[in-house]
Amino acid sequence: MSARDERPLGRRLFEPRTIHSQAIIPQIATYVVLLLWSVIVIAPLYWVAITSLKLPGHVANGPFYLPFVDFMPSLDAWDFMLLQNNTLGPYINSVVVALSSTILATLIGSLAAYALVRIQFHVKIAAVACFLLLLVALIVAVYTFGVLWEIALAVAIVLFFLFLGTIGRRFKRGLGNGDIEFWIISNRIMPPIVAVLPIYIMFQQIRLLDTQVALIATYTAVNLPIVVWLTRDFFAGIPIDLEESAEIDGASRMRVFFTIALPLTRSGLVATFLLVLILAWNEYLLALFLSSANAQTMPVLVSAQNTTRGPQWWYMSVLIVIMIAPVVAITAVLQKHIARGLLVGAVKG
Amino acid sequence: MADITAGTDHAPRQSLGEWVDRHSGRIMVLPAVVILLCFAIFPLIVSAYLSLSRFKLAPGGFILTFIGDFNFRRLLLGAQQYHLLGTFKPFGPLEWGLLAIAVAAILYGLYRYATTRFTVMGFIGRLISAAFAIGIVLLVLATYFAGGIPGTLPNTLFYVLAGVTLQFLLGLGLALLCAKPIRGRNFFRVLFFVPLMVTPVGIAYIFRMLADMQKGPFAPVAQFLGVGEWSWAVDPWWARAMVILGDTWQWTPFIFIVLLAGIENQPREQVEAAHLDGASAFQIFRDITWPAIAPIAATVVLIRLIEAFKIIDIPNVLTAGGPGLATESLTLHSFIAWRTQDLGGSASVGYILLFVSTITCVSFFNYIVQRTRRYQ
Repeated sequence: MSARDERPLGRRLFEPRTIHSQAIIPQIATYVVLLLWSVIVIAPLYWVAITSLKLPGHVANGPFYLPFVDFMPSLDAWDFMLLQNNTLGPYINSVVVALSSTILATLIGSLAAYALVRIQFHVKIAAVACFLLLLVALIVAVYTFGVLWEIALAVAIVLFFLFLGTIGRRFKRGLGNGDIEFWIISNRIMPPIVAVLPIYIMFQQIRLLDTQVALIATYTAVNLPIVVWLTRDFFAGIPIDLEESAEIDGASRMRVFFTIALPLTRSGLVATFLLVLILAWNEYLLALFLSSANAQTMPVLVSAQNTTRGPQWWYMSVLIVIMIAPVVAITAVLQKHIARGLLVGAVKG
Repeated sequence: MADITAGTDHAPRQSLGEWVDRHSGRIMVLPAVVILLCFAIFPLIVSAYLSLSRFKLAPGGFILTFIGDFNFRRLLLGAQQYHLLGTFKPFGPLEWGLLAIAVAAILYGLYRYATTRFTVMGFIGRLISAAFAIGIVLLVLATYFAGGIPGTLPNTLFYVLAGVTLQFLLGLGLALLCAKPIRGRNFFRVLFFVPLMVTPVGIAYIFRMLADMQKGPFAPVAQFLGVGEWSWAVDPWWARAMVILGDTWQWTPFIFIVLLAGIENQPREQVEAAHLDGASAFQIFRDITWPAIAPIAATVVLIRLIEAFKIIDIPNVLTAGGPGLATESLTLHSFIAWRTQDLGGSASVGYILLFVSTITCVSFFNYIVQRTRRYQ
C-alpha cells in the first residue's frame, strides 16, 4: 500500500486498462450487495402483497409464492375488509388525524422556529422557576387536597402575575434563544409513555377521550420539537436582506414570514411535512391509550386484528397494504426533498 | 412563556394592529410554548406525582394516596425487581474480569479529564455519566453474562445498543456503496427508503408471517433443515433477534438516507485528488469521507438513540414481550402496568425510562456529538 502512495501524480493516466480491470470486481460486488439489500427490502413487502390476495385455504396449505402459478389470486379479503368490515372509519380517522396534526405542527413549529432565528428573546429564570413551582403546587392542591381545578388554576394565574409584577422584576438573569430552542427540542427525548397517563386523565376529565381532537392535539405536541429543530436551520440559511428590505417597506413580521420566509424554504418545509406526516400516520402508542372505538386509527386496528380473531393473515395483509401504499407513493415522488431536508437538520442540528 | 415575562412597553394607546406587530415575536412563539406546556411539562409533573402515589378506582372516580418512593423501591429493590432489572446470578471470574476492565476504563477517562481540561460543571457531569455507566455494566454482567434473567431495563438497553449499532453499520455501508458512480442509483435510493414508511405494527406482523416455520415462505428451508416443528418464539435470544431484525429493517433506511446525503456533500476535489495520488478506498474513507461526515453520523445516531429507547410496537405485536420477559421493553412494561390499573407503577417505570434515556442521550451529545463538531 505504501508503494502505491508514492506513485507520482498522473502516472495512472497512462494505465487506464489496469484501473478498469481493477475496478471490475469491486463493481460487481457493489451490485451484488445492493441487489441483495433490494431483495431484503422487497421480499417482505411482496409477501404481504400476495398474502392479501390469498384465500384462507392458500395460507393454511403451506407457502405459495407466485400468484397465477402457485395459486389463483382472489379479491375476497379485499372485498371483505373494504366493503363489509368497518375499515373505512379508522382509515378516515387516520387520514384526518395525521393530516390535521401535521399541518398544525408544521405551521406552529415553523412560526416559532422563525421567530427564534430572527428575534432576540430574553426570558427571566426567576419567572420560569416561579411558573414551575406554581404548576407543582397546583397539581398537588388538586390531587391531594381535592381543590376544584378551576379555582386552583385561577389562583395560580393570579399569583403568577402578582409575582411577576413585584419580585420578578428584581432578577435580571435570563435565558436566550439558544436555551428556548434547546428546551423545545429536548422535549423529544421524553418518552411518550411518561406523558400519556396524565394526558389520558386530562382528556377524560374534559370528556374528549376517544375523539379525533384529542389525537390531533397530542400528535401536534409530540411532533412539534422535530418541526422546530428542522425548520430553524432552513430559516437560518436564507439571506436576511430580503426580509429587511420588506420590513423597511412597512411589512409586518407575520407578513414577512408568510410572503418571504415560507416560500423561500419550500423544499425544506416539504421534507419536514412529509417526515412528520409519516410519524403521525404510523403512531401507535398514543393512539392505543387515547382512542378506543370512535377515533381508532389504522395502526391500532391492525394490531387489534390479532387479539380479536387470531391471526387471519389475508385480512391483516389488506390493512397493511392500504396503510403503506399512499405514503410510499407520496414519498417516492418527493424523496429528493426529504434527503435534503434531513441533511440540513443533521448537519447543524 | 416569552410573552408574559419579557419587559412591558409603556406606550400610551396603540391600535390592535400596532400591538400585534410590536409583540409579533412573542405571538409567534406562544402557540408552540403553550402546546408543549400542556402536553409535555404539565403531564411530566403530574406523572412524577403519580409515580409517588397509589392509584385506586373508586365509585365516581379514583383515589390517589401519596406513598412516597414506594413504587420506585418496589421496582428497584423489592418484589418487582425481577421485572425491571432482572434476576441476578453471582459473578464468576469472567464477570469480575470484565467489570474490572470496564471500571478501569471509566476511571481512566475521568482521570484524563480531571488532569487536562478541568471544569467543575464538566467534572460533575462526567461523574454522573460514569456512575451511570458502571451501574449499567453491573446490571448487564449480572443478567446477560452471569446467566441471570434480564428484566425490561437490560432488554431495552440491548435493543438500543445492538439495534442502533447494526443499523448504523448497515446504513453506512449501503450509503458508501450507493455514493459510487453506479447505474440505477436513484432506483436503489428510492427503494431503500421505503421500509421507513411502513408502520411498525405492520412490520411486526409481516415478520411474524415470514418467520412462520410451517406456512411461511421459508417453511421448505426449515423442513429441509429439520427445524420445521421448532419455533423461534420460545427461545429468548431468537425472539430478541427477531425484534432487532424488524427494527433494523425499518430504521436502516433512515441512517442510510442521511449519510448518503452527507457523503455526496463532501468535497469532491479532495476525493479525486486522493484518487489520482493512488490512495486506496479505505484510505479515502478514513482520511476524507469519515471526517467530513462524522458530525452528521453522530447526530443521526443521537436521533436514533432517542427514538430507540421508546420501542414498543414491534415487541408488543411480534412477541407480546415473551417468552417470559425476554423481549419486553420498558415502554411495554409501563403499558402492561397501566393495563392492570397500576398507574403508580406504570408512571415510575416511565420515569425510570426517562432518566435512563436522558442520561444516555445527553452523555452521547456532550462527549461525542460535540467533539465531532469541534473538529470541523
